[in-house]
Amino acid sequence: MTEPLLEATNVAKVLGSGAAKVAALKGVSLTLKGGELTLLMGPSGSGKTTLLSILGCMLTPTEGTVRICGHSTAGADPEALALLRREHVGFVFQSFHLFPTLSATDNVRLALDIRDEGARSAKAKSREALARVGLPHKIKAFPRELSGGEQQRVAIARAIVGNPSIILADEPTAALDGENGQAIMKILAGIARENARAVLIVTHDPRLMPFADRVVHIEDGRIVREERRGAGLQ
Amino acid sequence: MPLVFTLAFRNLFHDRLRFIATVIGIVFSIVLVTVQMGLYLGFGRMVTTMIDHASADLWIMPQGTKCFEDPSLLDTRERYRALSIDGVAEAIPVVIGFADWRIPGGATTPVFVIGSDLRAGGLQPWNLVEGRVEALSTPNAVAIDRSYFDRLGVSGTGLGATAEIRQQLVRVAAVTDGIRSFTTTPFVFMDVDRARAHTGVPSGKATYVLVRLNPDTDRASVRRQLLSNISDVEVLTTAEFRERSRSFWLFSTGAGAALFAGALLGVIVGTVIVAQTLYSSTKEHLNEFATLRAIGSSRRYIYKVIVWQALLSAVIGFSLAALIGEIIVGATAATALPIVITPGLMAGLFLLTVVMCVGSAIAAIVQVTRVDPAIVFTR
Repeated sequence: MTEPLLEATNVAKVLGSGAAKVAALKGVSLTLKGGELTLLMGPSGSGKTTLLSILGCMLTPTEGTVRICGHSTAGADPEALALLRREHVGFVFQSFHLFPTLSATDNVRLALDIRDEGARSAKAKSREALARVGLPHKIKAFPRELSGGEQQRVAIARAIVGNPSIILADEPTAALDGENGQAIMKILAGIARENARAVLIVTHDPRLMPFADRVVHIEDGRIVREERRGAGLQ
Repeated sequence: MPLVFTLAFRNLFHDRLRFIATVIGIVFSIVLVTVQMGLYLGFGRMVTTMIDHASADLWIMPQGTKCFEDPSLLDTRERYRALSIDGVAEAIPVVIGFADWRIPGGATTPVFVIGSDLRAGGLQPWNLVEGRVEALSTPNAVAIDRSYFDRLGVSGTGLGATAEIRQQLVRVAAVTDGIRSFTTTPFVFMDVDRARAHTGVPSGKATYVLVRLNPDTDRASVRRQLLSNISDVEVLTTAEFRERSRSFWLFSTGAGAALFAGALLGVIVGTVIVAQTLYSSTKEHLNEFATLRAIGSSRRYIYKVIVWQALLSAVIGFSLAALIGEIIVGATAATALPIVITPGLMAGLFLLTVVMCVGSAIAAIVQVTRVDPAIVFTR
């Protein structure tokens, strides 16, 4: 197996203060390796989103360390964390978070524009990414002209276009019907295996388990069980 | 087109109603500033019209003279002392003063008399549309501006019309166009001796002595000699006298302060409106800015989007304001106090619009700075 692309060690996170203080994570350790699709499952309030935010460098842990492609996030300021995200992490969100005023191509291109990539090359790569997720015919469409499944594909194209090593997805199929959910999972599994990326998906949905190489169960801020499924969808 | 510009443009036009409100705010503000500053420039020019047209190198005037309209008097013997200095080509007395113009029907209206030695080419009327300057040397001859015909009871071409000043007959021998007074009191040009008679200035007295120098004469040296040879007078260059008159009318009277206060009000109103609309636009798009931040955008990139929005608003708002400003300039061109817009003022106003709009973006930028990218997981 390849070296870990993401390593979280004894991560704890306390949210709020005073009487409202809550220990959202209590010493979580997790590694993600290239070519693997990992599901993070757990009930509401178990700490899934907090862990995803910390792994995605959007929150800093109260205790513990996180290393992204060898870079520690300890002591990094918001701009340094943004740089880590920009260079190494792609995100897919439950509610897509596409820009309603931009076309599919421009939504994808945005991920390259923030990396100062030239317009011509960015356009070509964006179209390639859209073709990769099965939307070569929708490059000029605006989000309002796309179905939920298509919008999520655009979001995936945006996540992969910068060629990040890690993809973090938050409930990517929750807003979709079963058929579209399966299609999205096939794309994400393909992205993990074909490009040796580490893909972590937060979900409640047990129907996604057949796509996973590994399933990590989290409850009450702790990882309680880990299943290595191995089979995945090769 | 850079994507950051496209995003700013689309954000701005996404909510058309808010965009229209922003542009109206900018236009209102800039038109107000344009009018106030245009009035300031117009007023500044109007109060120095006579000084600008006198073609004098130096002005000899009584000490403490505040402006061209100041009727203090000096002795005309100073003229001969001036002429005795090397390099002085001409020293021409000028007499000014208020008087009453009585039309044959009996009604009177105040006028401002300007008299100078016309043979020596003193402060002569310009923009003549009827008659000639030489005609003013004939008995009782005066020149008036045609924009005051109604006030002065003159009709037709104006030539030959008669009236009385201080119970003495005057006859219109020349007519000018566009020599208007900011006080709205009509100017009446005449020979210096007649001006003394019509304003009650004693013989041997004058308000100013205009000094013209021979070519290549050292003006500073002549000025020093004038000041040492003549007591109780001031000697100013045309530029200095212009500045003194302008300062008096604009600042000592409070007129300038009022105009500046109006301009400042315009800037404040515009800034508040633009800041408010940019802030609410940013708030509406906060989720998108959080998404940008989540996918790794630097703060600088997000600031660029907001600043582009502000710049676009500035350019569109300024263009409309400039158009309205040009219409106002055209409409006031023939009035007693025309609004003047110079290329410099336009450039300054554009800069002001940009600064106002970009400055207004600060509130929006502060808001975006505080955005937590992790909100993308909860919305």
